[in-house]
Amino acid sequence: MNSPTTSEARPLVFTNARLVDPASGREAPGAMLVQNGAIADIAWDEPVRPGPAEAEVVDCGGLVLAPGLVDMRAFVGEPGAEHRETLKTASEAAAAGGVTTVVCMPDTDPVVDEPSIVDFLLRRARDTAIVNIHPAAALTKGLEGREMTEFGLLMEAGAVAFTDGARSVTNAQVMRRALTYARDFGALILHHTEDPDLVGSGVMNEGELATRLGLPGVPREAEIIMLERDLRLVRLTGARYHAAMVSCATSVALIERAKAEGLPVTCGVSINNLTLNETDIGDYRTFLKLSPPLRSEEDRLAVVDALARGVIDVVVSDHNPQDVETKRLPFAEAADGAVGLETMLSAGLRLVHAGHISLAGLFAAMASRPAALLGLPAGRLAVGAPADLILLDPDEPYVLDKANLHSRSKNTPFDEARLEGRVLKTFVAGRKVHDISLAS
Amino acid sequence: MCMGRGGRVAEGRDSAYSGGFKMTATIAPRPSFPHRHLLGIEGLSPLDITALLDMADEAVEVSRQVEKKRTTLRGRTQINLFFEPSTRTQSSFEIAGKRLGADVMNMSVASSSVKKGETLIDTAATLNAMRPDIIVVRHHAAGAVHLLARKVDCAVINAGDGAHEHPTQALLDALTIRRNKGRIEGLIVAICGDVLHSRVARSNIILLQALGARVRCVGPSTLLPAGIERFGVEVYTDMRRGLADADIVMMLRLQRERMNGSFVPSVKEYFRYFGLDREKLSYAKPDALVMHPGPMNRGVEIDSEVADGAQSLIREQVEMGVAVRMATLEALARNLPNG
Repeated sequence: MNSPTTSEARPLVFTNARLVDPASGREAPGAMLVQNGAIADIAWDEPVRPGPAEAEVVDCGGLVLAPGLVDMRAFVGEPGAEHRETLKTASEAAAAGGVTTVVCMPDTDPVVDEPSIVDFLLRRARDTAIVNIHPAAALTKGLEGREMTEFGLLMEAGAVAFTDGARSVTNAQVMRRALTYARDFGALILHHTEDPDLVGSGVMNEGELATRLGLPGVPREAEIIMLERDLRLVRLTGARYHAAMVSCATSVALIERAKAEGLPVTCGVSINNLTLNETDIGDYRTFLKLSPPLRSEEDRLAVVDALARGVIDVVVSDHNPQDVETKRLPFAEAADGAVGLETMLSAGLRLVHAGHISLAGLFAAMASRPAALLGLPAGRLAVGAPADLILLDPDEPYVLDKANLHSRSKNTPFDEARLEGRVLKTFVAGRKVHDISLAS
Repeated sequence: MCMGRGGRVAEGRDSAYSGGFKMTATIAPRPSFPHRHLLGIEGLSPLDITALLDMADEAVEVSRQVEKKRTTLRGRTQINLFFEPSTRTQSSFEIAGKRLGADVMNMSVASSSVKKGETLIDTAATLNAMRPDIIVVRHHAAGAVHLLARKVDCAVINAGDGAHEHPTQALLDALTIRRNKGRIEGLIVAICGDVLHSRVARSNIILLQALGARVRCVGPSTLLPAGIERFGVEVYTDMRRGLADADIVMMLRLQRERMNGSFVPSVKEYFRYFGLDREKLSYAKPDALVMHPGPMNRGVEIDSEVADGAQSLIREQVEMGVAVRMATLEALARNLPNG
């Protein structure tokens, strides 16, 4: 894999673009000049502005030119589970889906709980990945929920946030100390809020449908109780706290109240909980076995509404590659998780086409807000910002065939789904990393 | 795949049922059973259910003769694949298959390669390569039988999957009720005990409602599943109220690991409030009948005096089990290629 050599790349001129900048909310026709891997000039309301003579011109034909997505939650198999996904394959899936920055989760083997492993990931990414990779480090050593990790040293090594991935820290004392200590470093804590005891043997949303399928349920309270506890600890400690994924109406109300109170709280939602509900499980489809589980349609509409109102800050792919061995099993025995890097934007555009959210609003939740939370310069169209860009036809219809996914694992809940809106080209630091016209 | 939401369209189909078992001999062209597998009661129409019950009535007569052997399944191979231990269901399917002339092979988990790490799918593919005609499957996970059915070419009968469905048990219960009460429509059936973990309860609720019965679920709230009231049943946590005016009292088994503190505090307390004894049974109709899918925990969910008493149908249920399984095997065999 050839690494980005931005200094040698030719300048790029985008003409006839529909520029969408989620950071400012601005959406207008225009042109853009990219030089040395960064945005050098933006011509709002000017479809053509001549650039340097040697520049390569990309005629956008009126299609959307927007910042690449910043995904705060992706599980990558490297190190330890390379048969499911590597940094290389995850980054190729990301590029095809318009994601130019990926935050990878620390529940690898070994766990990302030491600076040397962060360093390994960053070097591995530099050598093999075609999009930006930023590791999130473990919140507790070994993800065991007992002792906090070296927040300071890990941040110096390049960790952008701290999380125990798909696990919740059940010990309130441990969580309190971690939040207190994190505040001194301004570290961002991402927490999966699910009380494992209340989850118990549950495998899908508790209610009529689970009862009909004979499957044990996960009550909403498993999420709500953990979230309420965390919000009280944030009030106590003042640390920056981000609830990784909320899935139900009550959680939304709790976050809304905490924000109104002025707490340093943000939250995310999985693309799956925004676009699917529990009935999609149908005849025991294990690709829809997720954590948090898909909830009722009422809950889905509540999180969609919360996203539109800005109560939910961020949309994540919750990309979790699983292979045949972990998914082709009876529902209760199958692993949780779905791949999502490649489909999150197309799936999210369903909300735009349905009129729930504006295009700029969707990009805010998928690019500018996560970038701001993580302290990254990406996610916006501004002079000096990195040229992490996508060219998007928001209306192109297609039927997803999982065989065409770039991810090494094919566990998508959107197989054979009709989707509308497709990424045509993806650029990272001004270098083209995906071009649909060249794909097979 | 018969997983529709069409299981509860009882109205308008009663005429198909009113024939009852006495008239089956005169019904010339039997309604066909338009399903490749029997994975659950959900997805069956009242007409499908009645057709199976009518065939089962005939199978009862066959089983009561000295010469019980038929040739319906001659040359057919039936595999009983049990991932969970079972005595009565497995032997019931074995006898049913043999009476119809099938070659029956039993495969249980203890002696199989599943213990060596082979997956359900691999087991299915292996057995499928041996060209069976019918596989009867019991598995501890809900949906496992559906998964297996997608991977084989033969007919599949669900003999119980997790807490999901146990369709032949519901059919045998319905047959027992119909033969004793002459009808199912309008009866009040109280299903009592551990509804939460019971596939028998789910299949029975769907079937009995499809045929027009009024179904109640009775038990402590810790053993009632979420959303059960959305099934259209009446829910009671007081046994005496739940049994008031009931025609049928259907008891469910409470598993040992759930008796001591996890779902109910103790056997003693459970029997006090939910064990079926004569006193509690007296709240039901005087001619109420008592059923239990077995195996019974005497002194836990049911008192011996009631289990062995005049109102008990528990032994008859076992006989009807063989008949219903013969009917099911025959119905599916007719839809097999060259069948």
